Amino acid sequence: MEAFQQMLSQAGWAQGMQPWALSGLAMLFAGGTILGGVAVGAMFFIWTERKVAGYIQSRYGPMYVGHFHGVLQSIADGVKLLLKEDIWPTDADKFLFRIAPLLVFTGAFLSFVVLPFGPDFVGASLDIGLFYAFATSSLVVMGVIAAGWGSNNKWSLYGAMRGAAQVISYEIPLGLAVLPVVMSVGSLNLGTLAEAQRGWLWSWHLFNPIFFVSFVIYLISSLAEVNRVPFDLPETESELVSGYHTEYTGMKFAFFFLGEYADMFVVSAIAVSVFLGGWYTGIPAVDAFVPAPLVFILKSVFLVFVQIWLRWTLPRLRVDQLMYVCWKVFIPLSLANLFIYGLIRSMVG
Amino acid sequence: MLIQFATVFVFLCLGLGFVVVSQVISHLIRPHNLHPAKQTVYECGEDAEGSPWIQFNVRFYLIALFFIVFDVEIIFMLPWAVAFNDMLKTLGAFAFWEMAFFITILALGLAYVWSKGDLEWVKGLQSRDLREVRPLSVLTSKDAAPHGRVKVSEHGG
Repeated sequence: MEAFQQMLSQAGWAQGMQPWALSGLAMLFAGGTILGGVAVGAMFFIWTERKVAGYIQSRYGPMYVGHFHGVLQSIADGVKLLLKEDIWPTDADKFLFRIAPLLVFTGAFLSFVVLPFGPDFVGASLDIGLFYAFATSSLVVMGVIAAGWGSNNKWSLYGAMRGAAQVISYEIPLGLAVLPVVMSVGSLNLGTLAEAQRGWLWSWHLFNPIFFVSFVIYLISSLAEVNRVPFDLPETESELVSGYHTEYTGMKFAFFFLGEYADMFVVSAIAVSVFLGGWYTGIPAVDAFVPAPLVFILKSVFLVFVQIWLRWTLPRLRVDQLMYVCWKVFIPLSLANLFIYGLIRSMVG
Repeated sequence: MLIQFATVFVFLCLGLGFVVVSQVISHLIRPHNLHPAKQTVYECGEDAEGSPWIQFNVRFYLIALFFIVFDVEIIFMLPWAVAFNDMLKTLGAFAFWEMAFFITILALGLAYVWSKGDLEWVKGLQSRDLREVRPLSVLTSKDAAPHGRVKVSEHGG
């Protein structure tokens, strides 16, 4: 937002505007940019997912739309979804059914406010950034439950209940895993957390043995948090058809999809700013001339690619295995990790 | 600080606006040929039997209960973690041991739940294998419902 505010204060047509109008405009521009980025980015991720899936399975994936490797396939799909008839089950709870895609997409989109794309490129540099991001990701659970309950469909409800149980369970290791880093930096502001990793590659939090354990726990839990394989039990195509969005068509379905891919980017971006050096490249000389948002986005896109890669490589877990991993492995492990870090710090200072 | 949350509000409006506007656009240009057959519930082509709005398996609620306990714990620990560096300087190691004591109590709670078998997703299996009947586990075990009755479980029905 700061970058937009600077640009506006230098622009000729914005001279003589009230300061509040100026910052309001800057907010709108920042929000609009991110909204456009989310929409286009999600389409790009969907195309990437299909291409990666294709090549992993020895086929091509989309090839025709847009001539070059089907790059425009997602746009064609978007237009199709826009033109598709909207149907809903007769006995559905209409209010919940309609509000669910709204919650899922808005919850995912709101997390973008705190993502630090660069020192000046952050929607709002909230001091409770990390906490805020976890809170908005809980909105998505509400959407999932509303979709499952509102659809009046057994598959949807099973998917939604599993989804809720899984997401809230994995929120605990997710929160505990980042705590050692928060203790070391002393801030929940994602920008400050990234700033603490300035310098050479080994100053990234990833290369601290205790934070590395945190990173592994975070990465695996975040996969469960966004319902991706091997934790895609809420969707399980082979048993629940499509899980909580079985009954959705057209634009409503599109927003579930957009929300899912936006969420994938959000958890990756948080991992990048907390563990992987934020917008720093790891070589101080290079940092001087490489644009910060580019570095940040490339790192996040790489983590999204890892998520896609895992999806087409690993089989799905069972429900009991999923809960076993969370409650009996990750939570004790992250508590122990936190304890060891605190112990070392209380002795060393 | 307030202006930062104004940004959050602007984002909220933009996000909601985007969803609503595209739904309206879609409403204007899409076909509207509703038919009762289209509006049936999709259950792999079979006619749907009964309502899905049933009593749900208690496991999910137990998980939600555990979650609340641990989530409150995390909310309590976040401010402590933020202030940890400063507290180390003023309070010394006490800053850590105080929280370690708190975490130990919660870890004991987790150990208790674990030993009671409430973290098992299929709780009944264990007692069935041991051929012992425990009054509590019978209520939640898979065999509790007599054959022929519709079981209220995730895979039942």
